[in-house]
Amino acid sequence: MRKHIISVLVENEFGVLSRIASLFSGRGFNIESLTVAETDDATVSSMTIVTTGDDHIIEQITKQLNKLINVIKVVELTEATQMAREMVLLKFASGSGGKRLELLRLVEVYQGRVLELGARSLVVELTGSRDKIEAALKVLAPFGIREMARTGLVALGRNGIK
Amino acid sequence: MKKMLTGAQILLEVLQEQGVEVIFGYPGGAVINLYDHLPDYDCRHFLVRHEQAAVHAADGYARATGKTGVALVTSGPGATNTVTGLATAYMDSIPMVVFSGQVPTPLIGNDAFQEADIVGITRPCTKHNYLVKRVEDLERIINEAFHIANSGRPGPVLIDLPKDVIGGKCAKKKPEKPVLKGYNPNYAGHPGQVQRAMQQIFKAKRPLFYVGGGVILGDAAEALTELARKLRIPVTTTLMGLGAFPEDDPLSLGMLGMHGTYRANMAVTESDVMVAFGARFDDRVTGRIDQFAPGAKIIHVDIDPTSISKNVVVDIPIVGDVGDVLGKMLEVVENSPDEASRCASGHDEWLEKIAYWRDLHKLSYEQDTEEIKPQFVVEKISELTRDLNPIVSTEVGQNQMWAAQFFTFTQPRSWLTSGGLGTMGYGLPAAMGAQVAFPGRLVLDIAGDGSIQMNIQELATVVQYNLPVKVIILNNGYLGMVRQWQELFFDRHYSSTRMNHAPDFVKLAEAYGALGLRAEKPGEVEETLKKAFAHPGPVIVDFKVAAEENVYPMVPAGEAISNMLLV
Ligand SMILES: Cc1ncc(C[n+]2csc(CCOP(=O)(O)OP(=O)(O)O)c2C)c(N)n1
Ligand SMILES: [Mg+2]
Repeated sequence: MRKHIISVLVENEFGVLSRIASLFSGRGFNIESLTVAETDDATVSSMTIVTTGDDHIIEQITKQLNKLINVIKVVELTEATQMAREMVLLKFASGSGGKRLELLRLVEVYQGRVLELGARSLVVELTGSRDKIEAALKVLAPFGIREMARTGLVALGRNGIK
Repeated sequence: MKKMLTGAQILLEVLQEQGVEVIFGYPGGAVINLYDHLPDYDCRHFLVRHEQAAVHAADGYARATGKTGVALVTSGPGATNTVTGLATAYMDSIPMVVFSGQVPTPLIGNDAFQEADIVGITRPCTKHNYLVKRVEDLERIINEAFHIANSGRPGPVLIDLPKDVIGGKCAKKKPEKPVLKGYNPNYAGHPGQVQRAMQQIFKAKRPLFYVGGGVILGDAAEALTELARKLRIPVTTTLMGLGAFPEDDPLSLGMLGMHGTYRANMAVTESDVMVAFGARFDDRVTGRIDQFAPGAKIIHVDIDPTSISKNVVVDIPIVGDVGDVLGKMLEVVENSPDEASRCASGHDEWLEKIAYWRDLHKLSYEQDTEEIKPQFVVEKISELTRDLNPIVSTEVGQNQMWAAQFFTFTQPRSWLTSGGLGTMGYGLPAAMGAQVAFPGRLVLDIAGDGSIQMNIQELATVVQYNLPVKVIILNNGYLGMVRQWQELFFDRHYSSTRMNHAPDFVKLAEAYGALGLRAEKPGEVEETLKKAFAHPGPVIVDFKVAAEENVYPMVPAGEAISNMLLV
């Protein structure tokens, strides 16, 4: 069971997201994360779906997606062909003294940005590959993450998908 | 200036352009404007007695003709009543467009009177569906819907019509071909794949064609028959494929699967090359999947890529229209006469083995002089109608399986049955739809006493329009197929399957204004059938049949199909 990233171009129409979601739930496929946004062409949206399954399931998912009338293009992005990024926002209790400095130093190591530095809390933005985000979360967890919001992956093929 | 039309008028004009001659429907507040304009157009409207029946009738019409069936219903309960019909058509890939009324756009989402989110409800049981938000989009959407419904792998499409869209005004455009960015079904089978497949077929010692409903939908029965005969390859069909190959041909093995013939299931199990044409390896066909055609190279021809390698791993997939692929296969045969004739003459041993299986366990039953056996009724129907080219629909259960087993099918598009969904109550309205399309043909519904009560109200419709459908009830006093499972797998615990409070079907027929007939003795069967067929109007025949007769062979669910219970 590997993770797979599937990039889907869809017509930017009412109900398309729910068609995709109900395809996954109706056929018992997994969605680990799903992001949608308009592309440069306002009539087309792009979705990035992260899913798990063996090759057979992934083949079915791709074919079933293609079968939807509103789906224009489906590309399964393999490790080699993809650039995938995720963003996460983290809120910490501000802490004090050495601990706070250490936290800021680690955020810097992960090329994060401090969005808010208040008397009582600290909000940080991190962007990166899934592995990088997971690694950062492990290291930062001991500082006490109070709240977290993640975008899920967005991805592009290296040669671009048209 | 261009003439402005209402949404209702645009809809009816586009239907005319699409060649729609028949609508099955039921009115209500949300579609009242549409009904107001309906009589101004040539399209004939048939007023059913329940919206489910409108959809099944459109379905039966579509199966019998190949044209797209059309149904029209009101919002809310009218729309939700179509769900079973849509799901039935979706499972069996039947081209259909269903129009539902909807509350006015400003009220959508407000829990308005008779509002239902029918687009949400039917999303998983339609090929596609639409909510029309502006009257300006209506014409394009209807044209798209007809295109989607009857191209590629066909299926039902629903169009939800808010009342203000039907009542709104705009100019009608010229008919134009729909352009859909994300929908471009591939009809042409890959010639290289066809070549590879033919090389396998030529080499095969024990080849078999496994033929599904796709061959009927793709109007490819003739090409299939030609190929099978040229290469002398035996053919088994699924429930949906009955009629794709003439069953009176010695190469026919009849149906395969759970209630398939002994020879068909054995042939599958021992074949070395199996070619699936427009079939989808349904679990009722395959039984235990790893024992299905275990020694065969599998070639799969289907217009829908999602069907290929879904349930079994396929050695040579060919995506495309079966008619196109069969045409290319016949070309290969034409261009390789030596290989073809070597192939055709190389199956003697295989065909002998099949004949041996045929004689070992024929489909059989024992008819005594006391009780009518349901199989006997079906066999008699088949015999008496041999030259009439009848259309046979069924309900669901034992009646359906006996019809499939004991009727000799020789023509495509003459068999209407709910295969994928198994919808009780399908048969009568489907027969009604087919009879509308072919007023002069004999149309029969082979029914069970349980199923017929699920859409019995349509007797009023067939009487009103004088659609001379013959309903043949195999009345065993049970929900027989469920009872059979209870007998075999639940220790004869007949929980809730006895149907001893049924109406008197003869009186019921008369109450609706149809002819009612009854037979209780084997000696009366032929005469009763003849009387029914000779009657110019609709008839119900109540055959009191043996109560606890079972359908055999039977493969218990989940077993290998070679593991058949035979008696
Ligand atoms: C709408 C619907 N409900 C329930 C079933 C389950 N079911 C399958 S066969 C059957 C029995 C049908 O009885 P009857 O119409 O008398 O046919 P018989 O098997 O006796 O020929 C039932 C209840 C079904 N297929 N469809
Ligand atoms: Mg019964």
